[in-house]
Amino acid sequence: MEDKLIVGGIEFKSRLWVGTGKYRDFDETARAVEASGADVVTVAVRRVNITDRKTANLLDYIDPKKYKILPNTAGCYNVEDALRYSRLAREAGVSDMIKLEVIGDEKTLFPDTIGLLKATEELAKEGFIVFPYTNDDPIMAKRLENAGAAAVMPLGAPIGSGLGIRNPYNIKIILEAAKVPVLVDAGVGTASDATIAMELGCDAVLINTAIADAKDPIAMAEAMKHAVIAGRLSFKAGRMGKKLYATASSPFDGML
Amino acid sequence: MKIRVNGEDYETSQQTLSGLLEEMKVRSGRVAVEVNLKVIKRADTADYPINEGDVIEVVNFVGGGDGR
Repeated sequence: MEDKLIVGGIEFKSRLWVGTGKYRDFDETARAVEASGADVVTVAVRRVNITDRKTANLLDYIDPKKYKILPNTAGCYNVEDALRYSRLAREAGVSDMIKLEVIGDEKTLFPDTIGLLKATEELAKEGFIVFPYTNDDPIMAKRLENAGAAAVMPLGAPIGSGLGIRNPYNIKIILEAAKVPVLVDAGVGTASDATIAMELGCDAVLINTAIADAKDPIAMAEAMKHAVIAGRLSFKAGRMGKKLYATASSPFDGML
Repeated sequence: MKIRVNGEDYETSQQTLSGLLEEMKVRSGRVAVEVNLKVIKRADTADYPINEGDVIEVVNFVGGGDGR
């Protein structure tokens, strides 16, 4: 069954997207990414260590020919920085994709949606394929879409919190109104959370901490892979209606 | 000539950006370079001149998901 995900004209094989932060080492990162089945990985943009050139490079472990590299603007707290990191990322990478974050507050890491909207507008004008990390706010999701976002990425819960999809109803409203793909970014804590996001009808889920901070990240990566596939199939299959009372599933006919 | 690279003082006799990257043993294919807040196109690094006092940033991709 063909069930392709196409965002900003780019075709993605997997509906699970994974981050590459917080792993013990690059080897573990590579094994977890492999086990997740994801074909897109997020990365951050940081200074090259020019004093110690022996340090390994992430891209020695995550082959850009095999995986789509989605740079983020993590750590940016204003529009100017987010634009600066985006432009650098485009030059360091091979595509126009940017996972745009304009963070509003260190404690919650909630997005500064006013800055996010401005940055989305500007980057879309510059030809970027913008994936803004936003709140679970349907109005802001629509504003971002209108500003040229290729997809919207509402949070399920705060980054790294593992609290799951805290407001499935808002995600549902975002999904109903959106004309661009909707990806849950942040908040997934365990496999069932990923399934819930997909059952709501989300187009994909982005996960980092839930895999990297699991006791066995490789096993959790595989669990997430299956969870996302299960949730997607379940969404497409269409669940049964909920009823208050029992309904027998064995026939009366033929009873003694 | 004295310049700044990634927030540190740096002394070089290189005249171009590509020469500087080579001197620092940085593989130019996987980095992006900014000179005085201007992002330099990869194709332009070969001839891009370096001047006294330039503030240069050399960045690459590292592991990351969200936030920080």
